[in-house]
Amino acid sequence: MSAPREAAVDPRLIQDAPGMLGAWKGFRRRVSQGELGSLPVIIGLSLIWLTFYLANERFLSAVNLTNLMLQIAAMGTISAGIVLVLLLGEIDLSAGAVSGLSAAVMAILNVKHQWAPVPSLLAGLATGAAIGLFHGLWITRFRVPSFVVTLAGLLGWQGALLFVLGNTGTVNLNDPIITGLTGTFFEPAVAWPIAILIIIVYVGTVLMERWRRAEAGLPQTHLRSTVARMVVISGAVVAAVAVFTQDRGLPLAAIIFAGLVVGLELLIKRTRFGRHVFAVGGSAEAARRSGIRVETIRVAIFTLASTLAAAGGILAGSRLLAVNQSSGSGDVLLNAIAAAVIGGTSLFGGRGSAWSAILGALVIGSISNGMDLLALSSSVKFMVTGAVLLVAASIDALSRRGRQAAGRA
Amino acid sequence: MSATTLLELRGISKRFGAVQALTAVDFEVHPGEVVALVGDNGAGKSTLIKIISGIIPIDEGQVLFEGRPVSLNGPQASSSLGIATVYQDLALCDNLDVVGNLFLGRELRSGGVGKLTGWLDETLMEQQASALLQRLSVSIPSVRTQVASLSGGQRQSIAVARAMMGSPKMVLLDEPTAALGVAQTRQVLDLIRRLREQGLGVVVISHNLLDVFSVADRIIVLRLGKRVATFDVKTAKEVEVVSAITGAKKSEVVETLKPEVV
Repeated sequence: MSAPREAAVDPRLIQDAPGMLGAWKGFRRRVSQGELGSLPVIIGLSLIWLTFYLANERFLSAVNLTNLMLQIAAMGTISAGIVLVLLLGEIDLSAGAVSGLSAAVMAILNVKHQWAPVPSLLAGLATGAAIGLFHGLWITRFRVPSFVVTLAGLLGWQGALLFVLGNTGTVNLNDPIITGLTGTFFEPAVAWPIAILIIIVYVGTVLMERWRRAEAGLPQTHLRSTVARMVVISGAVVAAVAVFTQDRGLPLAAIIFAGLVVGLELLIKRTRFGRHVFAVGGSAEAARRSGIRVETIRVAIFTLASTLAAAGGILAGSRLLAVNQSSGSGDVLLNAIAAAVIGGTSLFGGRGSAWSAILGALVIGSISNGMDLLALSSSVKFMVTGAVLLVAASIDALSRRGRQAAGRA
Repeated sequence: MSATTLLELRGISKRFGAVQALTAVDFEVHPGEVVALVGDNGAGKSTLIKIISGIIPIDEGQVLFEGRPVSLNGPQASSSLGIATVYQDLALCDNLDVVGNLFLGRELRSGGVGKLTGWLDETLMEQQASALLQRLSVSIPSVRTQVASLSGGQRQSIAVARAMMGSPKMVLLDEPTAALGVAQTRQVLDLIRRLREQGLGVVVISHNLLDVFSVADRIIVLRLGKRVATFDVKTAKEVEVVSAITGAKKSEVVETLKPEVV
């Protein structure tokens, strides 16, 4: 069985030589050819954390890291929706306005109309879904570029937010379930079992997959790199929980955000739907000829993205304990787009992962949080965030050029 | 006659704005036959292929598949009849790996809950992809390589292999050898002969008459959107085919062909 498989390997193919040196050389080659993955953003994030830690030790304290997590949960959730839209090579400029409007709908229903919290939350999410459906249908039926449709949405839904709030201006949230979304913390006795469960499920899944591939006689990745991945990811989970439990505990918002991102990653990488999303982003024409309903995919993604924007808006309202006229405005949208791009999702479509929402939101959140700690003015904050975005987008463009030069575009 | 015909087109016309791309074209393919579709640039070959594969709708005319009237109103309709197409521009997704491209639009789902959620059965897909590529003796680094990093010939092979995925009854190939070297051209032509042996109807568009004569059973010539001639390869002469393609008199063709052919 092994002889014919070896025959199928093209001799011109560059194979990684065995041993540590070969692995290192293969890694160097992939980097120079533009296959960077999450590496630049992880290095960048480490540098940012180191810088702020040296400037102010409190930056890496348990209290501050927990605050950071709460700060980025809302932006990161909106950003996860942006990632989906970017995978298609489209853009959604309305995410901020939609997040504000959806949160306002939830708040008004809950506070003014005395709806129960869960129906209010669902109504908020449904508002986002309906808006996304509308955007998607408009973009696909009338062939108006998503840039224009969602730009109109940015203006229109902002107006709708003011209309929904009426002359109240601000609606204060006091329902324990709604405020509990970001105000709940799990004590160590609950947090650690959750962490252990996550690690068991993760390691179990990876081992199951290796076993299935071995069963089917398929080539395996090196056991060494699989183990390295498992150690790094399990280590990150343990470290995060250790930090959180030193402060108030494991935040529910962190579980919601991470759960959404993991769920989305599985959706786009492991399901038929996700495969079709990548296909449409890579080559819409090729996807269409394969019988994929390209328009349906587009509509579904815009619906999903706006629903995530609504979820982000609800988390933001829950943390602020209020929804007001400026909810979802200002830098909310731009930060969400910047986070997706900084995290490594390509603006050109067809390349990216849900993880970039977490990584990018961490970068932007860390800069903002760190500068607040150093009591720098928001002028500096905006300029630094802008510079980081420019660098990240340039890395994307350069690595794309590297891929083209290596014939991998 | 029509009982043994796999696909029959009657009086197909297609207009793009001011351009009459096809005028009342008849076309037929039998099982186990390789039909070469030849013609100059703009003769309507690619339009005809796109009509058969359901990419563009017809303005006028009738389509019969295995004797039954059918409508080719989309790629799905065409592929569910058992018509597979390999496009000139290959229509591969560069950002997906070989397995992803081979199974694009017909991904395998894992059983149980996976069926409902559309969970991909990557292991089974990878197994089947490797088996198929081995059967067609396509040599690529690994089925998990991104298609973007493959050579032109390898990409063509992947495109042909993809056409074979759904066990089709008929395969359309648009310029399959245009970008290939000698060895890989021979491989693709061998592959076409293998398809014929398995009883498939094969339609090949080609500019290369050498390839056409070596692989085809019948040659259909289009010129300016009309079917102008049909040749049996056993009796046809290259001069006659060229004169049908260009519309020049046979004597003129002989003049121009002489230095190249001899």
